[in-house]
Amino acid sequence: MRIKAFVARTPLHLTIFVFAAIWLIPTLGLLITSFREPSSIAGSGWWTVFPKLFSGGQFSLQNYTGVVLQEGLGRSFLNSLFISVPATAISTIIASFAAFGFAWMRFTGRNLLFMLVIGLMVIPLQMTFIPILPIYSKLKLAGTFPGIWLAHTAYGLPLTTFLVHNFMAGLPKDLFDSASIDGASAFMTFWRIVIPISVPALASVFIFQFLWIWNDLLVALVYLSAKPNVAPVTVTIANLVTNRGQDWELLTAAAFVSMALPLVVFFSLQRYFVRGILAGSVKG
Amino acid sequence: MLHTGRWRPWLFVGPALLLIGFFLVYPTAMTIARSFFGRGTRLFGPSVEFVGLSNWRYIFTNNDMLVALRNNALWAVLFTTCTVGFGLLLAVLLDRVKYEKIVKSIIFIPAAISMVGASVIWKFIYAYRPAHLDQIGVLNALVVAMGGQPVGWLIARPWINNLCLIVVGIWMWTGFCMVILSAAYKNIPRQLLEAARIDGANEWRVFRNVILPLLTPTAAVVATTMVVQVLKVFDIVFVMTNGNYSTEVIANRMYKEMFNFFNYGRASAIAVVLLILITPFMVLNIRRFVHQGGGRS
Repeated sequence: MRIKAFVARTPLHLTIFVFAAIWLIPTLGLLITSFREPSSIAGSGWWTVFPKLFSGGQFSLQNYTGVVLQEGLGRSFLNSLFISVPATAISTIIASFAAFGFAWMRFTGRNLLFMLVIGLMVIPLQMTFIPILPIYSKLKLAGTFPGIWLAHTAYGLPLTTFLVHNFMAGLPKDLFDSASIDGASAFMTFWRIVIPISVPALASVFIFQFLWIWNDLLVALVYLSAKPNVAPVTVTIANLVTNRGQDWELLTAAAFVSMALPLVVFFSLQRYFVRGILAGSVKG
Repeated sequence: MLHTGRWRPWLFVGPALLLIGFFLVYPTAMTIARSFFGRGTRLFGPSVEFVGLSNWRYIFTNNDMLVALRNNALWAVLFTTCTVGFGLLLAVLLDRVKYEKIVKSIIFIPAAISMVGASVIWKFIYAYRPAHLDQIGVLNALVVAMGGQPVGWLIARPWINNLCLIVVGIWMWTGFCMVILSAAYKNIPRQLLEAARIDGANEWRVFRNVILPLLTPTAAVVATTMVVQVLKVFDIVFVMTNGNYSTEVIANRMYKEMFNFFNYGRASAIAVVLLILITPFMVLNIRRFVHQGGGRS
């Protein structure tokens, strides 16, 4: 009976196994290749490492030291951090203020403006580059970190404001009544009460936005004009693919460096990340 | 609602409104206007010529643009069907096994990495070397092992290479669809499925007549999100083929017109095409989203 049940479930396990293999093998191949000698990468497939896996001498870190030190990927990694951390922080803060204003403050045109902010999620980024670029070069913002911080902040605002607003609008009204009895001003209420309560929601938005900016290629290409000294990892790797397309030892190590941080974030904060994905599923 | 005076609310919403006005509202209006003007990299000015509808004529007559439009349609159909279909299949199948969590993580990992990283991963899978050398790409190694000739996957136009690019997109986004559909699936009361089984329905009929109708609204949201993603697809094509060998897509064409051909007029018109194609799907999604308060589960 148990054997029969097991056999009946074999197609189920097999289907799942095939999916898991197709989803895992590409990344595994990349990871293994990134540790192999350039000559062996060019000479044989990465799967040939398995028969003599534990005999040693097959793997080294030289591809990593190569891309990080000689191909400027170390610099790009820092650039990616300099771009994504401040941009994410600024956009989360500005979105929190706006979300609170829209959720709890009375002013003329509130609903209309809020609908406008959400509605702007339909605008593809391509609609914005051409008019902004001339202004950016006039203000000397093109190719600078503040320039791309502002752009990423603004592009993320419709979604982040909306998500934070959803959370804050659901807070109980009593929270603010007692605060106003204490004579707290709107700003103090926001800073001392609303922000601390909203931390879980803000964490989801922060992670989601951070990964989006870290993984972005298009906005960086447009506003940083592919300058090597400010280029994030995505731009540097895209250039490597163009210029060194057959040097797999460089490409695989570089790709893995760019994936390392998102993977750490993913595995350590999976819960927040999934919540962010569920909540942010309309962002393009 | 708090009574905070006349001007204080604007301190809260002002910064966001200013940024959105400058980066989204103003450029959108300008780009629409610019789409009726000619080449050059100035927004407006004496050197920028009014050309009427000629950029629009170009979009619907130029061969490269027609290829891009065709490819986006191909992406929309294949990518959306496969991501939503596989996502649904995995959501339902994985609920029946004990190792659900780990497989879900495996399928979902690509959603965390950049499209640039994914493009490198898959470019390596598709690597091609002449027949007398050892293949280093998995796909060609399999083909050769089965007695075939190695294929230049990314230059085999027009169907194989486009298909290969679409596979990368499917690999990246299936996990996203699976997570959302799985959350919806787990919300279906188990008694409902049990009742159908007790009534003698086999697993297929339970899926077809009970599960599928209940998941259709969620699947529709996911599908519209996928269509929006696919219409804007850029990174994968830019990195893997740069639109060569008949793999062009709209967003990559827009980038080329802007930075390689310095034709802001055509680039603007192409951006407006994207806006027009995306708007109905986004409106659907946003409306559903607003009604259900953000889809937080």
